[in-house]
Amino acid sequence: MRDFAHLLERLAFTPQRSGKLQILVDYFARAPDPARGYALAALTGDLDLRKVTPSLLRALVAERVDAELFRLSYEFVGDLAETIALIWPGQQDGDLPLPDVVAELRETAKADLPGVIAARLDALGPSSRYAYLKLATGGLRVGVSGRLARLALAEFGDIEVTEVEEIWHGLTPPFEPLFAWATGGPKPESAALAPFRPVMLSTATELDALRALDPDDFAAEWKWDGIRVQAVSDGGVQRLYSRTGEDISTAFPDVLEALPDAAALDGELLIRRGDAVAPFGDLQKRLGRKQVSAKMRASHPAALRAYDLLVADGEDLRGAPFTTRRAALEALVARHAHPRLDLSPLLAFDSWEALADLRAAPPDQVIEGVMLKRKSSPYQAGRIKGPWFKWKRDPMLIDAVLLYAQRGHGKRSGYYSDFTFGVWDGEALVPVGKAYFGFTDAELKDLDRFVRSHTTDRFGPVRAVEPIKVVEVAFEGLNRSTRHKSGVAMRFPRISRIRDDKPASEADTLASLQALLPK
Amino acid sequence: MNPAEILTNRPEGLYCPSGDFYVDPIKPVPRALITHGHADHARAGHGAVMATAQTLDIMSVRYGESFAEARQVAQGVTQVGDASVSFHPAGHVLGSAQIRIEQQGAVAVVSGDYAREANPSCASFEPVPCDIFVTEATFGLPVFRHPPMADEIARLLASVQAFPDRAHLVGAYALGKAQRVIMGLRQAGWDAPIYIHGALQQLCDYHIAQGVPLGDLRPATVARGSKADFKGSIVLGPPSAFASTWAQRFPDPVICFASGWMQVRARARQRGVELPLIISDHVDWPDLTRTITELNPEETWVTHGREDAVIRWCEMTGRTARPLRLIGYEDEAD
Ligand SMILES: [Zn+2]
Ligand SMILES: [Zn+2]
Repeated sequence: MRDFAHLLERLAFTPQRSGKLQILVDYFARAPDPARGYALAALTGDLDLRKVTPSLLRALVAERVDAELFRLSYEFVGDLAETIALIWPGQQDGDLPLPDVVAELRETAKADLPGVIAARLDALGPSSRYAYLKLATGGLRVGVSGRLARLALAEFGDIEVTEVEEIWHGLTPPFEPLFAWATGGPKPESAALAPFRPVMLSTATELDALRALDPDDFAAEWKWDGIRVQAVSDGGVQRLYSRTGEDISTAFPDVLEALPDAAALDGELLIRRGDAVAPFGDLQKRLGRKQVSAKMRASHPAALRAYDLLVADGEDLRGAPFTTRRAALEALVARHAHPRLDLSPLLAFDSWEALADLRAAPPDQVIEGVMLKRKSSPYQAGRIKGPWFKWKRDPMLIDAVLLYAQRGHGKRSGYYSDFTFGVWDGEALVPVGKAYFGFTDAELKDLDRFVRSHTTDRFGPVRAVEPIKVVEVAFEGLNRSTRHKSGVAMRFPRISRIRDDKPASEADTLASLQALLPK
Repeated sequence: MNPAEILTNRPEGLYCPSGDFYVDPIKPVPRALITHGHADHARAGHGAVMATAQTLDIMSVRYGESFAEARQVAQGVTQVGDASVSFHPAGHVLGSAQIRIEQQGAVAVVSGDYAREANPSCASFEPVPCDIFVTEATFGLPVFRHPPMADEIARLLASVQAFPDRAHLVGAYALGKAQRVIMGLRQAGWDAPIYIHGALQQLCDYHIAQGVPLGDLRPATVARGSKADFKGSIVLGPPSAFASTWAQRFPDPVICFASGWMQVRARARQRGVELPLIISDHVDWPDLTRTITELNPEETWVTHGREDAVIRWCEMTGRTARPLRLIGYEDEAD
């Protein structure tokens, strides 16, 4: 438990992804089985424990600590589990094996839970108590995604992350076969139905790079602005995976129902009302749900737009050329004829210039560019340069005014590197987004100097700056947002240029930004 | 006499009418007794100042020789007006003292800031029996239980080992905390040079002159060489320096902060700290309540921090207590 507590602590306070990765790799190398497997499961949300409620914890602490002292403490600390971990009157600093704790939280009858938890809190020190309570209440919140945990595992075992993703869904905590594999043993066989298969990814391209290639060798299709998924149906089990192998089935029962038997499809998950594809923001409303109401299904109906076919009638097609897979896909979609499953059409073009024209005027707003697939390409795992390209639509650009800056971490320590920018709304500048990349090292120095010499106010690590510096912000799309005061949210904003040639008064307006919103 | 009349609360600070002096006043006054050199207790511009020799030295380091019109080193028992006063170690920072004030057999002790855990950079707290005990309550909540400093130093050294290519930047206040951390590192066997920000130089020099063996300290500048020179090293600076361009000279630094506040995660995150080190030079809750229990004064006066919880605890244990609600004290060295 102490090791696990220490792991959570380091993860929670390490902001950089690379730092988190290193901490995880070190932990996997140090911790024994099955503790490391349970820790991994806790991080990826694969531990199914009895949920301990805040009210149970409050009742426990009320028996031991004066109510007024607890109230004052909770007010100061701000987090229930943390307050209890710190205030619990135990004097011991014992250790408990994580696997025992997990087994106990899984098996203890509900009525016995308060007694068990109290006994554990008595035995542990403050930092372990905190980890224990976070585990028991099911909210670790240390900023580790399932993807990052699997990457760490791959790095630890010196194996391809796509291979880890491929078998992940057949495995259960404490993942001993997985760790055995990572430490030199055989690759575990996945016995699960409807397994995930590593996704084929594209690399970015542009017109100049394409000229060296023969357009006849490539098929082209629209790149839809939804979520790239893999939909698998196998022996009566249907699953929907994100492109990193995250199982998102529960949020999209309507798509699962639309799948043909014994097939694995690669496609784009979209919200589609009739033929009209809804903007990405609509899809976001359905993400991350454990359950979907009938009302949500009706107002935000999900659909799959198919790009590729990996398995048909139980037969693995991944080794076949794209053209063969595509023909099989077209036949399957036509035969299956389900209204929530359709095809992403191929584009007819005879030259790169002709394709450039198509790309410049897509028939739908929810298109973010063009995908190019070499006709002869088999379906291969990972991002290989050559067979597949994405030719994204040009980013949207606005000129905005720097408003706030926040200090960075790690290699950017001491630099103001996270910027909030705004546009004009009448006489006022309203914040419309944040960006912390896009600029060069030299531009970062320039921005840092500007922030330091034009600070007007400070709030902790954040500085407000004189609103005179104009930056060009590039972004991939715009959504409506109720969480932002401006009513808009940008996707992937970055600072593409510093516009020292422009006075702040010539920055863009909120109205011109809103005009870019999908209709 | 009624012990509660030894001291009263005035806008300038805690006042002793029979001796006509203030203790740690926040505004310039004709006569001040100063517990220790932290800026919220020791201010410049008073008429006459009495403090320990080290506190007077520290005040001249910080404010220049002319910080007061007259100064007197506290030694033994001194008569000030109708009160007799003496200074006793508080275990907080070098030179820190509790001030004992006696008048007609009644005794009040103003603790200033104090700590009970052994501090290798200063003399240890001495319990002084009294009728009125004026206690600080900086960490006056039952959630504050400071771990032993050696544990926290061990965590720092483990991190240095885990990230050999990065510099560890430890935020520590210039008076007390910085020297405490350095001594903790030395006691743990860290013999390598420790790099310090310019703002720590004078006070570290003074500690060395006073016999605190801080070891090999070097200025954290990159006059020659490069960023890479700081790989694997430990650098101390005042927390405010982390916001300045000074921090840009270190290779991918791990930001650490040595403070009692680091026990609360939200506090650490607010400051962008990657490695919070719970190192305090104040009493935590168990030591605070233990001190009151041991001294068992007739009245406990609570100031400087989370007064409500300490008052509540006194109430629960049948003690007379009141909050002083003094204003103007900040947590310079927490
Ligand atoms: Zn102090
Ligand atoms: Zn103080």
